[in-house]
Amino acid sequence: MPGLFKEFSKGIFRQNPIFMIVLGLCPTLAVSTSLENAMGMGAAATFVLICSNVMISAIRKIVPRSIRIPCFIVVIASFVTIVELLMAAYLPQLAKSLGIFVPLIVVNCIIMGRAEAFAGRNPVFPSLLDGAGMGLGFTLALGIVALIREFLGSGKVFNLTLFKSFEPAAIMVLAPGALLTLGLLIALANIIKKRSA
Amino acid sequence: MEWKIFLTIIISMVFVNNFILSKFLGLCPFLGVSRQIKPAMSMGMAVIFVMTLSGAITWLLYRFILIPLNITYLRTITFILVIAAFVQFVEMVIQKKSPLLYRTLGIYLPLITTNCAVLGVTVLNIDTFFVQGKPVGFSFLLALTQSFFAGAGFTLALLLMSGIRERLQLNDTPRYFQGVAIAFIIASLMSLAFMGFNGFRF
Amino acid sequence: MTEEYNLSVSPHIRKKESVSWVMWMVFLALVPAGIAGVHIFGWNSLRLILISVISAVAAEAIILFLRGRRVALSDGSAALTGLLLGYNLPPQVPFWLPVVGSFFAIAIVKQAFGGLGRNIFNPALAARAFLLISWPVYMSGYAKPFSYPDAVASATPLNLFKESKLNLAEMGLNYWDLFLGRHGGCIGEVAIYALLIGAIFLLILRIVSLHIPLSFLCALGLFSWLFPAQGFAKGDPLFAVLTGGAILGAFFMATDYVTSPLTRRGQIIFGAGCGIITFIIRRWGGYPEGVSFAILIMNAFVPLVDRWQRPRVYGRGK
Repeated sequence: MPGLFKEFSKGIFRQNPIFMIVLGLCPTLAVSTSLENAMGMGAAATFVLICSNVMISAIRKIVPRSIRIPCFIVVIASFVTIVELLMAAYLPQLAKSLGIFVPLIVVNCIIMGRAEAFAGRNPVFPSLLDGAGMGLGFTLALGIVALIREFLGSGKVFNLTLFKSFEPAAIMVLAPGALLTLGLLIALANIIKKRSA
Repeated sequence: MEWKIFLTIIISMVFVNNFILSKFLGLCPFLGVSRQIKPAMSMGMAVIFVMTLSGAITWLLYRFILIPLNITYLRTITFILVIAAFVQFVEMVIQKKSPLLYRTLGIYLPLITTNCAVLGVTVLNIDTFFVQGKPVGFSFLLALTQSFFAGAGFTLALLLMSGIRERLQLNDTPRYFQGVAIAFIIASLMSLAFMGFNGFRF
Repeated sequence: MTEEYNLSVSPHIRKKESVSWVMWMVFLALVPAGIAGVHIFGWNSLRLILISVISAVAAEAIILFLRGRRVALSDGSAALTGLLLGYNLPPQVPFWLPVVGSFFAIAIVKQAFGGLGRNIFNPALAARAFLLISWPVYMSGYAKPFSYPDAVASATPLNLFKESKLNLAEMGLNYWDLFLGRHGGCIGEVAIYALLIGAIFLLILRIVSLHIPLSFLCALGLFSWLFPAQGFAKGDPLFAVLTGGAILGAFFMATDYVTSPLTRRGQIIFGAGCGIITFIIRRWGGYPEGVSFAILIMNAFVPLVDRWQRPRVYGRGK
């Protein structure tokens, strides 16, 4: 049991996909302009991650090694299409905010990375936990970046203004601000990593 | 037909909406290959090649198969499979025909397949140059231009970044910033500089 | 631990002047422009300049302390960055703007890269762009000259140019006004005569050479003359060179040793590139002024230019 819990928890801190392994950067930067978008993307990606991990793990013994990558792609792409259609039907506003990054979940390095590194060689239940943990870690990291950017860049969090006299720095919700925030957070993660080693 | 629209697309793809510095597509290979100038140049050439041809193929696929058969919702799956197959094919051809080219260019091709940039530009082409299922005027040519210059913008950012990172190797970067962190800071300053072209209008 | 080794490509020229002397000479050369700016725009400008310089020095002290380095403030580079940032601000911005800008310039653009001599981008200009994009309203509000203590808003000549008032007569100005700085603009950029005094001072001391400023201004002037909105070769090169941050940028910011090329040919390419990009942004871009962005963009090219233009190794032929 403790072993299984580790499969889940590693994705949150020690092997956090964004800050530690440094994957899945594209959506992190693009979608972190507001906490709402970040949570939406996190949920969508986690759903795809869990589903594809489970499916890939289930078929891992019958897929020939040489064509495993295209097979993984088909599985992942199918779940992404499901998410795309569900979002278009029930959450059109979110779909519009996230834009091309919904279909781009297909090429999210995290999902393909976990499929190849874990789900392709481990049983179903651990793969599910791995997917859930990584998804949660991704969502958390995304949330932190979005919180910083939304607050500093627009003075609001979840569309609520916090301090009246705070003059937000518009650059934070723009591209340079995203890159700067991520760079500084990764440096911070490095400091934490070195200090706790 | 306004030729100015082509110029606008060029400036947009290379500077204002640069795939890496502004749209954040293709960051993983960007960070991976930008440590040195020579590999960066090779990667850039590969990217331009793949993006341009993928843009063309997926446009044709969308126009002549997906729309008529009314299965446009299968866009994501078909595009990614087509791109993967195409890149695999190109890699095999290069490996057979020119070992030299394969050594400089070929090894980067697999990196490009599962890369936001290529899928991103193909989806962007459809979103920009099709209105309610119908292609706009000169749609194919516009899509081709957009694909090529998106790749060119990627290559420009990659080249500049690799030049800077090579120089920084001689430096005394604070140890917590070394590696990915300073790369992001460099990118943020480059992105800042490129914003100078905002609001561009011919 | 306290020695910092400078790596540079040969030939190594030994000068008796140290880095610190150069910084303070440049600082001195900029003083006339500051005095003129304060005279034109009022005491608030002096306050802003001082805040900017002090914040920059404070930021440098804090960061060097955090990095465990010896805090060497007398080298003047932080003060110079602060001064240049202050000169690039409109006269009526809130006091905290230069504070934020200076911290960004020193902590991110300079120290995160390794500190003195290691940065790629010009810290003062990067900070200015950062401020411009973050608080566009504050950074675009210009005061009328000589309208203190209660400033009256006015547009800069380049603002008017962007609105298609294409010649000086329509703007209600003449070349003399441009030369003396009797128009809206940033604190340290308007008084051309004062800037030129400083530039000549630096040229005589051989701290700055003409390659970059000349190629910058010639390229800017040439393209502005040949390709204006009015038609081929109907432009006003003198206007282009005397307005905005062109003189300040060409002589004091593009010439920064750290962020410009090593070789003479590289410098000419660099200067010309700055001039051309400035022209393109002014002519077709959304911003009225392009000097800051142009120099920053060319800064990014400098490592490639240096690689391509490797100076000849002494002793080898060709």
